[in-house]
Amino acid sequence: MKKTYKIDVDCANCANLMETETKKTAGVKDAVVNFMTLKMKVEFEDGVDAKEVMERVRENCKRVEKDCEIYF
Amino acid sequence: MNAKQKKNLARILIAAALLIILNLVEISGVEKFLLYLVPYLIVGYDILLKAFHGIKNFRAFDESLLMTIATLGAFALAIYEDGDCNEAIAVMLFYQIGEWFQSYAIGQSRKNISELMDIRPDYANVETDDGLEQVDPDEVEIGTIIIVQPGEKIPIDGIVEEGTSTLNTIALTGESLPRDISAGCEVINGCINLNGVLKIRTTKDFGESTASKILELVEEASSRKSKSEDFIAKFARIYTPAVVICAGALAIIPSIIFGDWETWIYRALIFLVISCPCALVISIPLSFFAGIGGASRAGILIKGSNFLETLSKVKTVVMDKTGTLTKGNFEVDAIHSKNLNFDEERLLHLAAHVERYSTHPIANSLRKAYPNERDDCTVEEVEEISGRGIRAKINGQVVSVGNEKFMDEVGAKWKACRKVGTIIHVAVNGEYAGHVVISDAIKPHAKESVADMKNSGVEKIFMLTGDSEKIAAKVAAELGIKNYRSELLPADKVSEFEKILSASSDKVAFVGDGINDAPVLSRADVGIAMGALGSDAAIEAADVVLMDDDPRKISKAIKISRKCLGIVKQNIFFAIGVKFLCLILGAIGLANMWAAIFADVGVMILAVLNAIRALVSPKQ
Repeated sequence: MKKTYKIDVDCANCANLMETETKKTAGVKDAVVNFMTLKMKVEFEDGVDAKEVMERVRENCKRVEKDCEIYF
Repeated sequence: MNAKQKKNLARILIAAALLIILNLVEISGVEKFLLYLVPYLIVGYDILLKAFHGIKNFRAFDESLLMTIATLGAFALAIYEDGDCNEAIAVMLFYQIGEWFQSYAIGQSRKNISELMDIRPDYANVETDDGLEQVDPDEVEIGTIIIVQPGEKIPIDGIVEEGTSTLNTIALTGESLPRDISAGCEVINGCINLNGVLKIRTTKDFGESTASKILELVEEASSRKSKSEDFIAKFARIYTPAVVICAGALAIIPSIIFGDWETWIYRALIFLVISCPCALVISIPLSFFAGIGGASRAGILIKGSNFLETLSKVKTVVMDKTGTLTKGNFEVDAIHSKNLNFDEERLLHLAAHVERYSTHPIANSLRKAYPNERDDCTVEEVEEISGRGIRAKINGQVVSVGNEKFMDEVGAKWKACRKVGTIIHVAVNGEYAGHVVISDAIKPHAKESVADMKNSGVEKIFMLTGDSEKIAAKVAAELGIKNYRSELLPADKVSEFEKILSASSDKVAFVGDGINDAPVLSRADVGIAMGALGSDAAIEAADVVLMDDDPRKISKAIKISRKCLGIVKQNIFFAIGVKFLCLILGAIGLANMWAAIFADVGVMILAVLNAIRALVSPKQ
């Protein structure tokens, strides 16, 4: 299952950090953060609850970049 | 400018003004330190908070934390030495100016590029009892009649029910060549209706319409990251820790050996300022984004940053002949009857019947030459034999229509033709009846485009075709292409392409019309589909889609990609180069804090400005 989310982040390196953190989050198979279009594409593992995983993703991203936001 | 940018700009301006005032009044001692702290906190409080957040989460290489250490260190050093706090505040101030500029420039280019690409119409006119009503195109259902006035964009793909007009397709193809349409024509959204009022029955949802799909593709494109982007992301991950460790070493080791620790700590702080990776990281995706945006304006859709990168390295271009170099709309050139039982009219009549259900361009041309094909003759047992032709039973007679091999197989004694073109032989019940000559014209700019490609650094050009050796040789000679392969079955094209691919050490592109050559398109390093406006299958199979069928777009696409990659390389070398230079100069004491600020903020600004150049596509 793949989903695209709108994000908000100020710097390109922070977007890269978010991508690394998202990929590490449990339940996420793969993720791409597109800084130019401010979008995050997340591929979930089978049978997970996307919303629950995204809560964890947001938490992890906020830890590396306080100012970021993911809309879901 | 959004609210956050406005607020940050105000902070920067207030802090800068305060700093200037403080330099004009004479104060000293603790008061001076406290007063200098005011502009510092105004401009840097969020960085300090973020740094604290970084410590809490054990992030040693957090950018804000490094900046905080650098500025607070400079502050402390200044107070200890001579009490001149200007430098410490300036570092924070310029860092924030850099951040602000980055945010503003990115926002601006994001907006510019999206606007450039925004070919999506805002409304659709639907006829109601109270006259025309403007509605959101998203709400229009398939099959609705919409009205398009002169000067308006066609909002949704559909078929013209009433009216004639001329369309401007510039938003989609990059060319302002007008296209005439009348009732029955299919139209795609994003085109501008120039003169007549059109009544259109929609055939797609707004989201599925051409312009919406194109936008989606282009937005998606920058998510497929190129090798350069991966490289810089990896580099940034190593760069910051490495510089910070060097800074630590620089602060401790020489101080122990030589003493004079203030100097070494100052130099270490310079390292911390230069350790921020943002200048490197920002300019690369921005260059690709701008390059893809610029290309889409020129009617070239590039489906990923990775494909843009590969395209720039292409040294060999393999082209399909039909539909790419030639127009692909075959026309019946001559009919030669070779059997007294079948006159020319009858010959064409039978051939057209056999090709009734085929979608091959040749079949279309035969049907076009015999307009009232659907008469009361019976057409049964139609059988298509790949690479040979088609066989069908017409009024009980077995009619075979195809090439020489096919004639040999059915045992018909065929006769060669002097004319150059595609020769379609016809045999009835195994007896030779005659042939139809069909020819295809070379596209007007084909020759120019081959020369253009050679000029833009393409070393080898191949032409592949299923046509006869004679036609292939003629077209190749006319276009100045030395390498060609003729008489290829669809499967041969793939194997022939693979041979070229394995013989070439550089990247190989394939250009086709995307209809019959999807397997080759997907095999190529870069598959380019041509004239694929509105063809979902071609857009799916290809990596680069040329919106109209002008072959000059091939070299244009290559030029755009080379320019964009050139900018990417400049930015990588420039940013890394300046940073390393400043690190070295800083270590030996030739660069001060101001040079460090330039290496951080100045480089970023220049790299961003350079990246924007990719938006302008190079001249033909």
